[in-house]
Amino acid sequence: MYKEICAKYAPTKDNLIYILHEIQDTHPQHYISGEAVKDVSDYLKVPENHIYGVLTFYSMYSTKPRGKNIIRLCESPPCYIKGSDNILRKLKSILGVSVGETTKDGKFTLELCACLGVCGNAPVMMINEDVYGDLSEEKAEEIIDKIRGRN
Amino acid sequence: MKTLADLKKIREKAQEDMKLRGGNVRIKIVVGMGTSGIAMGAREVMKTFLEEIAARNLTDVMVTQTGEKGLSSMEPVVDLIEEGKPKVTYGNMNPDKVKKVVVEHIVNGRVVSDYVVATGN
Amino acid sequence: MSLKRIDLLICCGSGCVSAGALKIKERFHEVLAEHNIANEVNIIETGCMGPCDYGPVMVIYPEGIFYKKVTVDDVAEIVAEHFVKGRPVSRLMLQDEEKTIAAKKDVPFYQKQVKVALENCGYINPESLDEYIATGGYEALGTVLTEMKPQDVINVIKDSGLRGRGGGGFPTHIKWQMVHDNKSDEKYIICNGDEGDPGAFMDRSLLEGDPHRVLEGMMIAAYAMGATNGFFYIRAEYPLAIKRIKMAIQQAKEVGLMGKDVFGSGFCFDAEVRTGAGAFVCGEEMALIHSIEGQRGNPTPKPPYPAVQGLWGKPTVVNNVETLGNISTIFRKGAQWFASMGTEKSKGTKVFALTGDIKNTGLVEVPMGITLRELIFDVGGGMIGDHKFKAVQLGGPSGGCLTVDHLDTGVDYESLKERGAMMGSGGVIVMNDDKCMVNVAKFFMDFCVEESCGKCSPCRIGLKQMLEILERITSGYGREGDIEELQRLGESISKLSLCGLGQTAPNPVLSTIRYFRDEYEAHIRDKSCSNKVCLDLMHFNIDKDRCIGCSLCARKCPVTCITGSREEKYTINQVDCVKCGNCFDVCPVKAIDKVPGIHPAVAANREALKKAAHNHED
Repeated sequence: MYKEICAKYAPTKDNLIYILHEIQDTHPQHYISGEAVKDVSDYLKVPENHIYGVLTFYSMYSTKPRGKNIIRLCESPPCYIKGSDNILRKLKSILGVSVGETTKDGKFTLELCACLGVCGNAPVMMINEDVYGDLSEEKAEEIIDKIRGRN
Repeated sequence: MKTLADLKKIREKAQEDMKLRGGNVRIKIVVGMGTSGIAMGAREVMKTFLEEIAARNLTDVMVTQTGEKGLSSMEPVVDLIEEGKPKVTYGNMNPDKVKKVVVEHIVNGRVVSDYVVATGN
Repeated sequence: MSLKRIDLLICCGSGCVSAGALKIKERFHEVLAEHNIANEVNIIETGCMGPCDYGPVMVIYPEGIFYKKVTVDDVAEIVAEHFVKGRPVSRLMLQDEEKTIAAKKDVPFYQKQVKVALENCGYINPESLDEYIATGGYEALGTVLTEMKPQDVINVIKDSGLRGRGGGGFPTHIKWQMVHDNKSDEKYIICNGDEGDPGAFMDRSLLEGDPHRVLEGMMIAAYAMGATNGFFYIRAEYPLAIKRIKMAIQQAKEVGLMGKDVFGSGFCFDAEVRTGAGAFVCGEEMALIHSIEGQRGNPTPKPPYPAVQGLWGKPTVVNNVETLGNISTIFRKGAQWFASMGTEKSKGTKVFALTGDIKNTGLVEVPMGITLRELIFDVGGGMIGDHKFKAVQLGGPSGGCLTVDHLDTGVDYESLKERGAMMGSGGVIVMNDDKCMVNVAKFFMDFCVEESCGKCSPCRIGLKQMLEILERITSGYGREGDIEELQRLGESISKLSLCGLGQTAPNPVLSTIRYFRDEYEAHIRDKSCSNKVCLDLMHFNIDKDRCIGCSLCARKCPVTCITGSREEKYTINQVDCVKCGNCFDVCPVKAIDKVPGIHPAVAANREALKKAAHNHED
């Protein structure tokens, strides 16, 4: 499966970041396994350590399995000023996990991230590719409940 | 697209499509769409204007709506506003009269005096 | 076929989308169909209109009526009243001191603004090439390619005085000239869309709201310097911006505005989109170049500059999104027109993102040189609630905090730098009198420590040390000399770091020490946070006179440190308290106060622990 993804791209080093993105996005657990790294290394003919170097440099990649939905709460100053720490406390309590952990049912992984660029509607979080703004503790809970009900 | 003239052609066409947002409009048609206007058939009047103008490909005309104008006995009421000319108000309009106004007033520039209920502001 | 009589422009910038704009759009489709007037209304998704705080917002033409904070439930009324009966819904209009503002042009938020880069943002459909062309799009490119020599193009930019909008304010024409003068078989232009400054979102809005403008700017730049390939490097956190710019490239190729022999001039150009994967440092041009090459986004020492050895070793210009957004207008309206705005050294306009404790958060574009007071109070509408203005952080984590004394400072590259802040990408974070500046500085430092790539030691180790000192100060263990130590470290890190991240990271700390030294001193000497933000330097106290003994606080306390009875009233065992604030939130009679300073019992406990540890060591 990883080989098929690789084959969509030319075997040049500058495609590494896109191959890794696609591998991660299409994996049900949103991560890049050791096996994937090996396949990519074979395909691009770059050493595995280079790939791990890139993989661990960028915050969006994960080498550990994650949940079906990735929650990324913005922890940048404009959101902090508008109370993102309260939202974080709420998310931790309703999901029962700390930052970087996945819920037992495998539905959610809670992460923090740098600015999402929606600061006019702080505090904000991104779940997968959707951005939710003007969060309150109640609104955050509602959003999580809705997603939980959906899948 | 190979020349600036080609670009200009596309621009002119595109500007017509955006005229509601403040382009060059020769005549503005304002249909009174208050409750009594609608009760007397203003929707049909509006629809006919839109269809007739589209059918004739009149690009410098704009149709819009307004609320009750207080001329209840003459509803549906329509204002035709033309730059530099006094406003013309038509009353007791219906689809047939609309067609005539489009041909006479909007295309040929002749006010259909039979339907006029007021002029000026 | 029917003529359209209404243009409904729904803001679908990320701000309004995060507030539910797409659901509203769907609802409009439904309701218009119910009323059988779907064919009379154009529903147009636009880019960011600016006033994010009012989101979701929309403008309805021909009247130009502006509606704010629209919900799905309001749609039926808008259609039935406004679209059908011609009676705009005043309830959804902006209210300003007794009067209702109907038209967008009268909204105070827009009045001092001059839109150049944002000219079309929120006015056209960003997915329509025709609408961009209708506003004069690609006219500048056509004229440049058919009538001007590359050197003339660079001269126009020189005359306009345009400087880089991404941070440093480097004159744009110099970069172009350097690459123009460098002979090479291949040259590249890169659009830097790796906007990462917390509090800045103009690049995202521009890419989402008017992608063709950025593309046109890139092509003019490419022609001027002799590049035939361009890259848009956009952070992966901006999926909509990526989608829109890809679409714009596709559309331009289809009609021959890009590709081979554009406008019959012989000019060939191709562009593609590259994305990041979450690394703030990739906004630095060398780091960005390495990231495009498929490597870790580490900066490398300059020189060689990218203009000499950039992407794959070839001469490369890296321009910011907003910089490229200004180019086409400069050619359409003239360098003199552009240079007539702004100050002597900072020409034109600048887009700012207003965020924080300010009424009108959002995106604004104003002439350079506007005072902070006008920006914050006139355009931004002033502070939320009864709070007073305390400070403004300009330039994100690379910038500095300015105070009420600087409100009449003109906003331009030099004036800001002189006062310890910087233009940066244009993030304006406004803070009210509730904020603790030591805490704010610590927060920015935390961000920089997190984002430091680790390549050079001043940044990797030095920033961490600064953070440790700040943590010590905010948790009550600050020592005499800490302020001086922070200053010493900050100055060395600025001088010694490899790239802009490390060089500017100490700014928030240095500027808050400069303007709010008394707060640092109170934290260190009095172990007190007067704004009751730093949890270790404040405590909660139950006022026995006001307490009604309801026990709610005790029941909600997660560490059961509140005890008492109806008769005796309740007290907090300060040593065990974790300062979660639950009791403060739930008290029905507001009998609990936040008090600045460490409680004596906690201070005594700390002393005892310190002594015990000391004895143990002996």
